[in-house]
Amino acid sequence: MPQTLAQKIIARAAGRKTVESGEIVTCAVDLAMFHDSSGPRRVAPRLEALGAGVWDPSKVVVVTDHFVPAADVESANILKLTRDWVRDNRIGTFYDMEGICHIVLAENGHLTPGLFAAGGDSHSTTAGAFACYMAGYGATEMTGIMVTGEIWVKVPETIRIAWSGEFCTGVCAKDVMLFLCAELGMDNSFRVVEYDGSTVAAMDMSERMVLTNMAAELGAETGIIGADRTTVAAIEATGADVPDDALDWRSDEGAPYCAAHAFEASDLVPMIAAPHAPANTRAVDSFARVSVDQCYIGACTGAKYSDLKMAAAVLKGRRVAATTRVLVAPASTQATRRAAADGTLAVLTEAGAIMMPTGCGACPGMGAGVLGDGETCISSTNRNFQGRMGSASAKIYLASPYSVAAAAVAGHICDPRDFLT
Amino acid sequence: MTAIAGRAWVFGDNIDTDVIAPGAYLKFSPEEMARHCFEAIAPDFATKVEVGDIVVGGRNFGMGSSREQAPQALKILGVGAVVAVSFARIFYRNALNLGLPVLFLPQAEEIAAGDHLSVDPVAGAVVNATQDRTYPCDPIPDHLMAMIADGGLMPHLKKRIEAGLIKQ
Repeated sequence: MPQTLAQKIIARAAGRKTVESGEIVTCAVDLAMFHDSSGPRRVAPRLEALGAGVWDPSKVVVVTDHFVPAADVESANILKLTRDWVRDNRIGTFYDMEGICHIVLAENGHLTPGLFAAGGDSHSTTAGAFACYMAGYGATEMTGIMVTGEIWVKVPETIRIAWSGEFCTGVCAKDVMLFLCAELGMDNSFRVVEYDGSTVAAMDMSERMVLTNMAAELGAETGIIGADRTTVAAIEATGADVPDDALDWRSDEGAPYCAAHAFEASDLVPMIAAPHAPANTRAVDSFARVSVDQCYIGACTGAKYSDLKMAAAVLKGRRVAATTRVLVAPASTQATRRAAADGTLAVLTEAGAIMMPTGCGACPGMGAGVLGDGETCISSTNRNFQGRMGSASAKIYLASPYSVAAAAVAGHICDPRDFLT
Repeated sequence: MTAIAGRAWVFGDNIDTDVIAPGAYLKFSPEEMARHCFEAIAPDFATKVEVGDIVVGGRNFGMGSSREQAPQALKILGVGAVVAVSFARIFYRNALNLGLPVLFLPQAEEIAAGDHLSVDPVAGAVVNATQDRTYPCDPIPDHLMAMIADGGLMPHLKKRIEAGLIKQ
């Protein structure tokens, strides 16, 4: 029986040959990740109440990214609790202030094809770019995993989304996802979104991770992409071992999809999501001259090295408009180091951008760079829900790093292609 | 499980976890967070909601973050159940894990703010006394019933550990 990639991974983790959509199975978790907000501060008291320990500390990865660096005593205490718990429980891997969890997992070779993983964060879907099955869960459910090493899964159906051809200059994976949020809506619950086609095959891992990251905004169980040479090369570059069967982790020919969509990449233009939902997306020309108080390059979606390069491509030799401000919070220290080494950071700072600490920052409204009453922000992040980045009366427009940088130069939303010819 | 009955608090489609549990308060205790529940769109919710009241949503209720403080805030405020056309996946799992009943009801949009509702999550029924209507709906799924009967995932895990069903 042909199986989708998601079914193949779930079957393997459940100790089965195949699984059918709709059935409920129990899967063994290969890797469990949580961060300073969802992790030890909420899980540790629950484990204590149960008198239970961590089932396998070698399979647990903890990352500090939400409250870093501590801006107040509450945040500092959460970070201290996190560090103490990691030490006391001999947790296998701890990344302290090295970047946003989803990016750090990828950069350090934790994600290999066929892996069944669980994350204490909704954007854990990001790992699907590496042909992993990884979904997000809350703290009590992560506590259950800490105790048992297992989780129940209702085997989801898969929606196949194929993109063919090449993007125009100034269009990227972020535009794909904003477009898809409008096209497919945000309530694709209990389904997996699988991406393929020549456009996806040509993407580097950083761009593929945008597709799987924002599967969360589609409301999907997770996002996933079959393994290929690009996947394998990216894992090799981290120094991690590539499993012998890496390239087998793809959907079978004739796999059962519940829906299939096909799009042409060359038809896509820069897209903008208006407040207060990613699904409120239209082409950039619908928003011409919406003025912006803040331009934010940040988060797991939009501040990787490649995103900083996109912003720099627009900002090179230009200045940020006097009526706005640009905040850049790189997604990882590795991204910062790469961008510093090749001059990308200098392009951003010469243009007038302000460098912020690495971490989730203003995206979830927890770090520096939040918005005041009635302010407007254009952001390379993933969510523009009301009040998310600060004041409930602030307006957040979501866009690609190209479009955020273009708005920075103009002081208002505009087409980034005009800066890239 | 005792009967759940109270007034309806009606919200629309795509209610996200940032409005249910705003990020700025995540660093505080769940009890403090609960005081800010729905602050951006229903500023009087946290002070006026009463024990047993029922939150009614449209499609995709609870979309967004994995933050468990969203259903936890509702539970702390005394909300008896959430009834919606559909739920976002993490919110749905989080609510049941915390012992907060959540029920899919395709006709949730017919319920008006302030209607007197009663909910039976085991049998799968929502009664709107104000409108004199009874809706059958899917009960809590079988594989989760034991956990719900125990009061949520934590008491369920405790019971299984004590019974020697989980190796420590």
